[in-house]
Amino acid sequence: MTSATLHSDATRQQADAWRRQTSLRRFYTALGVGLLLVAMFATMWFADEANAGHFFDRLPHILDFLSWLIPKDWNDVWRALFDIASPSDKGTQEFNFPLGRVYVWGGFYIPEYFELMLTTVNVALVSTFIGFVFAVPFSFIAARNLTPSPALRLVVKRFMELLRAFPEIVIAGVFAAIVSIGPVAAIIAIGLHSIGALGKLFYEINENIDMRPEEGLRAVGANWFERVRFADLPQVLPNFMSYTLLRIEINVRISTIMGAVGGGGIGEELKLAISRGFGAKTLALVLLLFITIILVDQFSAWLRRKLVGEQAFLMSA
Amino acid sequence: MAMTVDEVSAIENRHPQIFQRPAYKRFWPLLLIAGTVLYLGYALWFFSLPQVLRESHWERLPLFLSQWISYDLQPEFRLDQPEITPKYPRFSALGENPNPDWVIKNPDGTYTVQIDGSAKSVTFDKTRATITANGVTVPISLTGGKPVITGPVPDWVTVHDDEVVAKLGFVGEVRVTVDRVKIRKRFLGWANFVFDTRSPFFGKSYGEVISLIVSGPELKPGTSNLALAADNFWNNAQWQHGDVWTKLLQTIVMAFLGTLLGGIVAFPLAFFAARNITPTGVLSQVLKRFFDFMRSVDMLIWALFFTRAFGPGPLAGSAAIFFTEIGTLGKTYSEALENIDDKPREGVLSTGANEILVQRYGVLPEVVPVFISQTLYQWESNTRGATIIGAVGAGGIGLKLWEAMRTNSNWANVFYMVLLTLLVVFIFDNISNFLRRRLSRTLHDYNRLQAERG
Repeated sequence: MTSATLHSDATRQQADAWRRQTSLRRFYTALGVGLLLVAMFATMWFADEANAGHFFDRLPHILDFLSWLIPKDWNDVWRALFDIASPSDKGTQEFNFPLGRVYVWGGFYIPEYFELMLTTVNVALVSTFIGFVFAVPFSFIAARNLTPSPALRLVVKRFMELLRAFPEIVIAGVFAAIVSIGPVAAIIAIGLHSIGALGKLFYEINENIDMRPEEGLRAVGANWFERVRFADLPQVLPNFMSYTLLRIEINVRISTIMGAVGGGGIGEELKLAISRGFGAKTLALVLLLFITIILVDQFSAWLRRKLVGEQAFLMSA
Repeated sequence: MAMTVDEVSAIENRHPQIFQRPAYKRFWPLLLIAGTVLYLGYALWFFSLPQVLRESHWERLPLFLSQWISYDLQPEFRLDQPEITPKYPRFSALGENPNPDWVIKNPDGTYTVQIDGSAKSVTFDKTRATITANGVTVPISLTGGKPVITGPVPDWVTVHDDEVVAKLGFVGEVRVTVDRVKIRKRFLGWANFVFDTRSPFFGKSYGEVISLIVSGPELKPGTSNLALAADNFWNNAQWQHGDVWTKLLQTIVMAFLGTLLGGIVAFPLAFFAARNITPTGVLSQVLKRFFDFMRSVDMLIWALFFTRAFGPGPLAGSAAIFFTEIGTLGKTYSEALENIDDKPREGVLSTGANEILVQRYGVLPEVVPVFISQTLYQWESNTRGATIIGAVGAGGIGLKLWEAMRTNSNWANVFYMVLLTLLVVFIFDNISNFLRRRLSRTLHDYNRLQAERG
């Protein structure tokens, strides 16, 4: 047997093995995609069955549905937004724009929708603040490398998991019965959820810090608070702030939804306008919400880039 | 080690950037704190928090929480009828022929109701009632037209004009007037969780039920006992297991379907939106603004629109999540594509492969783990989010939860649904975490590469 045939034999064997592996992998990929497709069509069918109106029955009417959205007079959108009296006003709820004015000083007023938007944004800000204030100490207790006691760590970790997974709507419902329905119940619900959500992100940051400053302070006899304050906090604060800003973006969205189920703010009005089919009001509200969310997102992205640089936009596993 | 003043100032001179920082750098934390405090003061005023807190009913909180894990029975005894008989409200948890062992008819014609064994109980006939609790016996005379307590009144008893109310803590309370005695007795646990009072299996022990299912005579002719038991459980009127589980499945389906469809649509679009892959920059910009639009028109707005278009139900919820996810996943996918390493692409390009093959072999292997990881993450967060979206009418458990809370009475059902939701979130978190951990090595390398490139 010459070395050339031996060589080609080995090559052939390798090629065969490679081909076998590839075809096996392709088979598994195809199987996975197939299963996913089956699941997709099954769930589509299920969702369609369970729905009040069915997809293919309703599809031809989508355009009729959209027609109410187009106002007779496009200027009504601006009038709705700034609470200016409309010539279409016949005393119905659809065009009663000036009624919602919130007078601040003499004839100076804040248009209703701006006031509502402000409520929604304030709910988001205050609840993020609550989340931040509690999540910071919790995160230092829950971090494996910094915790003062392993038992306490476990308790705090489980507690934060519970807060994160507990449906906000139930917390809001319970507190609606206690502090009356409105923005305060929404703040408590979103705030509690934010503690859990931020706490988890924070302690994961804490577990990845550089331990040398901590060891340095430990060497000079600093206690737990001093170590956390002077060795750990300076390292993690920019990242904390970055995640908090991200949380504000999310909380603005959640607080809008909370509004729709009685949490006050713009969500309630939006739900009303869409369900009654008030075209001009709906467009005004969507426009305002859209612009606010873009502004909040852009501002937060800008600040995050300043705080932690491009790292804020890296993929995370 | 002590330092002299000279040494200190020498160190200061050596590192001026540390010791003499510009004013704005030194004071910004202070300004930030001051700003936050000011804002909080404003928020306090904006939400009129002091007033809200003053008018809040914190005493309801323990009451609600105790209702999550307990139920009560409220027998009433009319004293103005020829014979005293206990009456239970309709749909009481005891079924149609209640004969609980804690209501005792004594030989002398009086009734004794044990609210917490014999330590807390009430004994009464038409002329007088005696409440025993906390080691004290309170006799109430009912003959004078209104209930009168003879002797000292303990602080757990309140005497109103025509009614005496004894609050016995968690276990219940007794309300006595001249013509009736009303009792609320609280039990820990969930009543009739498996079979409701109309079921033929009601009131039987687990052993009896199992032996009936295995070898009993058919309780309903033509149906096997197992099928009957399953049907009774599924259609339990009080707990509505069937409805709750179907709604829960709807919530899961909404998150799954919305995220999956969003990913399928976002996948091809992301290639055209990525700066380094797109055929024209204009298309990239248009698509990116489109993604921003889909994301910024909130999930709530999509949910409300689709609820109006398709009617309430999981279809509307799925569509809302689908539309939001096109934006979110499109954005993250295209960002991942923009951050790829160009070398494999150039390598494949140099072999003369066409445009599609370049993407398939030069780009895809690098981004697929990132794509899958991001999709799983969104799936996980949508599973949570689908609960709230449901409450505006987009289907799933959210609406059921909200309605159960609105009635303000059925907190045990709320807790049951919460537990199921928590279980689902927990399971899906773990599935998604497991899958993502398997991908994380690839991602780790990817992130390291990004960090090295700055």
